[in-house]
Amino acid sequence: MSAHVEMEESVSRPSDQKTVFQLRGVSKSFPGVKALNGVDLDVREGEVHALLGENGAGKSTLMKILAGIYQPDEGEIILEGQPVHMRTPLEARDYGVLLIHQELSLVPDMTVAENVFLNNMPRFAKLFVHNGHLNDRCAEILSRLNCKFKPTERLGSLSIANQQMVEIARALVFHPKVVIFDEPTASLTDYEKVVLFGVIRELKEDGAAIVYISHRMDEIFELSDRISVLRDGVYQETFETAKTNEDEVTQRMIGRDLDSDIAHEPPELGEIALQVSNLSIAGLYSDISFDVSVGEVVGFYGLVGAGRTEVMETIFGLRKPDSGEIRVNGKASGINCPSDAIDHGLGLVPESRKEQGLVLGMSCKDNTTLAHLGDFTKFGWINAAAEKAIFNQYMEKLRIKCPGWEYSTQNLSGGNQQKVVIGKWLSTSPKILILDEPTRGIDVGSKSEIHHLIRDLAKSGLAVIVVSSEMPEVLTVSDRIIGMYDGKITKCFDRAEVTEDSLIRAITGQEV
Amino acid sequence: MNRIVAIAKKQPIWIFVVVCLVFFSLSSPYFFDINNFSNILLQASTIGLIALGMTFVMINGNIDLSVGATVALAASLAVGLQPVLGIPGAVCVGLLSGILVGALNGIIAWKTGVDAFIVTLGAMIGVRGIVFIYTEEQSFYAFDFAYSDFGSSTLFSIPVLVLIFGLLTITAHLILKYSIHGRNVFAVGGNRVAAKEAGIRVGPHMLVNFILVGFLAALSGVLLSTQMGASTPNLGRNYELWTITAVVLGGTRLTGGFGSIIGTLGGVLAIAILRNGMNLLQVPSFYVLIILGSILIIVLVIDKRFSSHQGQGVGA
Repeated sequence: MSAHVEMEESVSRPSDQKTVFQLRGVSKSFPGVKALNGVDLDVREGEVHALLGENGAGKSTLMKILAGIYQPDEGEIILEGQPVHMRTPLEARDYGVLLIHQELSLVPDMTVAENVFLNNMPRFAKLFVHNGHLNDRCAEILSRLNCKFKPTERLGSLSIANQQMVEIARALVFHPKVVIFDEPTASLTDYEKVVLFGVIRELKEDGAAIVYISHRMDEIFELSDRISVLRDGVYQETFETAKTNEDEVTQRMIGRDLDSDIAHEPPELGEIALQVSNLSIAGLYSDISFDVSVGEVVGFYGLVGAGRTEVMETIFGLRKPDSGEIRVNGKASGINCPSDAIDHGLGLVPESRKEQGLVLGMSCKDNTTLAHLGDFTKFGWINAAAEKAIFNQYMEKLRIKCPGWEYSTQNLSGGNQQKVVIGKWLSTSPKILILDEPTRGIDVGSKSEIHHLIRDLAKSGLAVIVVSSEMPEVLTVSDRIIGMYDGKITKCFDRAEVTEDSLIRAITGQEV
Repeated sequence: MNRIVAIAKKQPIWIFVVVCLVFFSLSSPYFFDINNFSNILLQASTIGLIALGMTFVMINGNIDLSVGATVALAASLAVGLQPVLGIPGAVCVGLLSGILVGALNGIIAWKTGVDAFIVTLGAMIGVRGIVFIYTEEQSFYAFDFAYSDFGSSTLFSIPVLVLIFGLLTITAHLILKYSIHGRNVFAVGGNRVAAKEAGIRVGPHMLVNFILVGFLAALSGVLLSTQMGASTPNLGRNYELWTITAVVLGGTRLTGGFGSIIGTLGGVLAIAILRNGMNLLQVPSFYVLIILGSILIIVLVIDKRFSSHQGQGVGA
């Protein structure tokens, strides 16, 4: 790896390189969150510029500004010396700035060539697609990318890695000056990764500037020329990859005081509430064993795609395990569906509140009682007064800001929506509560309230699991932290012994 | 005034119903008349009964296209089997056939995950075939006059069929609004994933609604045959379309999650009043179809205008 880096150095010294793309003082706010605060960034011709930061550091917002999806509130974007305003992804494309999405945006039932030239088909007589031309031009691009598949193949029949190649091929049609990769390796195997890196290096040779976003340290050090670090929406520093190391970068990325307002006394542990042994689902995760005691918060830390959510869904009866055992309060659970899980005293605050947590069209009250409506009924008829009482109780307890119980949840802010979901599960009086990314995308105030709530719940005798991709969050709320990488538990830390460095190593597949 | 605007926003169809009532009362001397009103309600009750069940199914995010064929099946059985089973037996078999078709639709949609549109489209074609095989393309007549007497009987000078429709409308409204099942109808239609994760057994839940609409379609068919004292194999053609039109006019969304029985009742009445009123004004029936089609689209455009400013969240 180091040899490779030296070679890059000798080929192109930074001073020879032209700056293609500059950000000056770019800021962007969302209701309740300042996602970016005065960010400066220089990207040079023919370099791979890695963008690094924790979840919530503002990487994806920055990337969306680069690609014209968001507009900055302040600051300017300078492309080849000219300030530009990219109001849509289409305009960005016309300027030669292209984003390769983490989620593929292709049409599976069309051919490779049709996907590559979607909305840009070669024509004859203005109205008709010139199929021969289409496939020839596509074949040309595919050969540049060393792709083995044919332009006429159906896209859906390709592997994910090859589909990603198609996505890149589509970008190449526009002779891009800047190509942004967002976590491109998230769904790739090691071999496919090597192929992708080859392509990225080739793009670089052709003089394109590459912005590369990833959580994986090893990849960044293998591929990049420079690394810029973001933290809490603020630009930190840019490193020459050859002149730095993982520790220095990690330090810069975390570099914060730990949340100190939550006092961590060793918890008074009760009986083991949930015990999972050797749980496996082929292709998702394998050999997962852990337990959670009454009064304890266990944090599950790992990258997106590490298999954490899938483990929790299995415990909650949403997936069937291939093997392994789940015991609730010492007894084999026999949970086959969510209603079994609820009967066993489990609650799951899901990863995405809008898709999984709430029925957005229903009122706050109706959402709150959804998981145990039977408790508010006589002979199948709902007692609305009891429902209102329970909602008001949780509105007060969780400090949900909403005009009233009849208010539709779709008009609440993210933080308040999340509180309604939490209220829904707390109102079932669970013994074991699982929270999957409980503070994703919500403002700082609500976040800290939810953290305090989680600690209080454990103290009051619940067994709590918190799944999170944010290190400060797991460190703040957990008594123990389980690191997951690639479908396996890599290490279980006691809170007292954990270091941020060892935690990062545990979830990026480095040696612990 | 504010109250009227609020109602207009929530139930625009009822404003339309009132406008129609006023318009036809002023333009036809025969319209504003107790007997005519009772006539309108009688005509409305056939589609209305099916629409009650369809409201549940459509708020669920599903649809049932087989109701028209079920009307014919139930009516044919209820009339055709009378010589063998007697009136009560034949009526029971007729109603059971509707429950069976509904159950079949529901189970196939639940177990295979095939879209309800496709499943019930298949049922619509297949059930109509069964009707033709059973009836051998013949119409049946009820020889016992007690059967058709029931269809034209009144209680407190209101047609019994209208009373049945009224009673079931109130029951359906209460169930949808105040029961667990009703609440779950909205939850499953609004967000199926969230409903499942909240412990609602989505498959069985939807099955119940398919059975409900199947039963109501059969009931509608049986009652229609008592009105006519007969059944024909072509009975109920296009009823699925009229039913869906009424439900959608009433504000229920095709995508599920929203709707009400009150709205559906408004939709049913709007269609019945328009048909009756234009009939009295001697508008040729084909023009009536053009007007009904236009009104469907116009009402939905208005509905979209009113609700378009809702439901736009800011994604951070």
